[in-house]
Amino acid sequence: MKITLDNVVKTFNTFRAVRGVSLDIGSGELVALLGPSGSGKTTILRMVAGLEYADGGQIRFGEEDATDIPVRERGVGFVFQHYALFPHMTVGDNIAFGMKVSKKKRSPAEIAARVADLLRLVRLEGLGDRYPAQISGGQRQRVALARALAVDPKVLLLDEPFGALDANVRRELRRWLREIHDELGITTLFVTHDQEEALDLADRVVILKDGKIVQVGTPEEVCRTPVNAFVMRFLGDANHFPATISGEVASIGGARMPAPGLVDGAADAYARPGDLGFSLEGDGVAATISRVLDRPDGRRLIAVTEAGEHVELDVAPDAPVKAGARGVITLARAHIFPAA
Amino acid sequence: MSGSSNASSHRPPRIGESPLVRRALIIGVLVVSAFVIAAPLAVIAVQAFSKGVETYLAAITHPDTLHAIGMTLVTALIAVPINTLFGIASAWAITKFDFPGRRLLLVVIEIPFSISPIVAGVAYLFVYGLQGLFGEWLSAHDVKVLFALPGIVLASLFVTAPFVARELIPLMQAQGRDLEEAAASLGASGLRTFFSVTLPNIRWALLYGVVLCNARVMGEFGAVSVVSGNIRGQTNTLPLHVELLYHDYQTAGAFAAASILAGLAVVTLFVKVALERRGAGRRNRPAFVAEPAGISKETP
Repeated sequence: MKITLDNVVKTFNTFRAVRGVSLDIGSGELVALLGPSGSGKTTILRMVAGLEYADGGQIRFGEEDATDIPVRERGVGFVFQHYALFPHMTVGDNIAFGMKVSKKKRSPAEIAARVADLLRLVRLEGLGDRYPAQISGGQRQRVALARALAVDPKVLLLDEPFGALDANVRRELRRWLREIHDELGITTLFVTHDQEEALDLADRVVILKDGKIVQVGTPEEVCRTPVNAFVMRFLGDANHFPATISGEVASIGGARMPAPGLVDGAADAYARPGDLGFSLEGDGVAATISRVLDRPDGRRLIAVTEAGEHVELDVAPDAPVKAGARGVITLARAHIFPAA
Repeated sequence: MSGSSNASSHRPPRIGESPLVRRALIIGVLVVSAFVIAAPLAVIAVQAFSKGVETYLAAITHPDTLHAIGMTLVTALIAVPINTLFGIASAWAITKFDFPGRRLLLVVIEIPFSISPIVAGVAYLFVYGLQGLFGEWLSAHDVKVLFALPGIVLASLFVTAPFVARELIPLMQAQGRDLEEAAASLGASGLRTFFSVTLPNIRWALLYGVVLCNARVMGEFGAVSVVSGNIRGQTNTLPLHVELLYHDYQTAGAFAAASILAGLAVVTLFVKVALERRGAGRRNRPAFVAEPAGISKETP
């Protein structure tokens, strides 16, 4: 089912949570809403679900205007951050709940068969008689997903689905959610503030800030061609260098870099730690190493430039650098934006 | 060796005060409880039977006493269900919906707790009494509110209005709206959500509130004494009857009637403890206090 948001607006009292968001989500697509807290991502998800009503704009499911359809009749599957499993029902009863309250009558045998199918799908066979308090967090979230899928929703909506789980479980569930999505082909929209999760899981990532969309694109697009400094910084560690543009060439310290389309004057350059190197001489930004951090997969240097800015760069684990060394930071790659 | 054990015995306790202070405090509490709570109850029992079991039985089977017991039961049978419904409805509204005046409603529900019951009784006099607001209309239509059962029920309703709501609101607030939202997203109607999702998760707290409410309705004196008119054998509830007997110097009778109320209190207490146990420790069942979001404990 295709979902279209057309200039959707939502205000809580005086707080403008969502300010005119338009978005097309293709049928069968897996899309992440990514943003810092307060960016309106959960509000957008809840409006798509019908748990909040939009103050303005339109939400369409396919060609149907769903803006004012109540959540009960909207036919969405919603997975809550804290699972929201019914604590007084067994896992099986939780999954069966949607089928039992549905207008479409099913026989108890039919329901039991479907519950068994779903338990198999979420790999929780044999846990149907347990209560939510008796299973782990990761298992609860899988039950929550099975419960949401039980009513054959047109779209699946997940609000920070792995937010309450620890890192290992989270990574495993992420992979597993992608498999389920590929198997069922259901249009899925999920909210996260975790960049890695969004990039790992989604076909397309919607980056939000202050209730507005900043950038929409595939993980590759948002990573390789961030539209502004916010996206650059939000997606991962980024170092800032002041730059000067002259004739579509940027000067960053002693380094030169093409800057097509940028007007002459001051600009901001951002570079990932891995795109930087450190050498004793060469063209780059003069800096002093203040700390060397050793990590399992490499060595991170904290350097201070002459302008007093802190820069973090990743070098090979055996790079011969000591704190106090003076040299230049070289740039293999950088994103240059007009000065803010 | 002995040095270290010496050192440990001289160390101050890890938490709290020294044993001397601790024991003094415990003894203080025990003494106060004995004099303030246990002794009066014991006196009731002793006095009730002071003139023998026959006198006791005669006292509690006296027609006026039986009538007072009946009055109290009828009042409770009407007032408790009404206030239970009121408590559920107000707690549901306050915790699951946003509407203007929500905070005000929360304060209004608490008013009976902070107002002296006698004030409530007097207020009802002003509203329904002969000189009151509706007094003339009521007497013209031959409806008796004051000095009759309706007045007693109204006063009891007022005094016990907050009991159920007060038990439910904190619990339902802690449970949040996630469960109801989940049920709605699965297609459940409002009523269905209430009966199969909300109610099962609040039922112990609800019963607890009902038990407390019932105890208070049966024991209410102040407000009821103003509106009932104390007509022996007609509008006397059990607490009023106790007072009446006492003023008539029928000490044994007064204590006999009081023993019924005290017995009721003991029963209430047992039910309350049983409820607390059941709510917390049934096998194969999670505790019926929902985990606050996010602080769920992991069980393998």
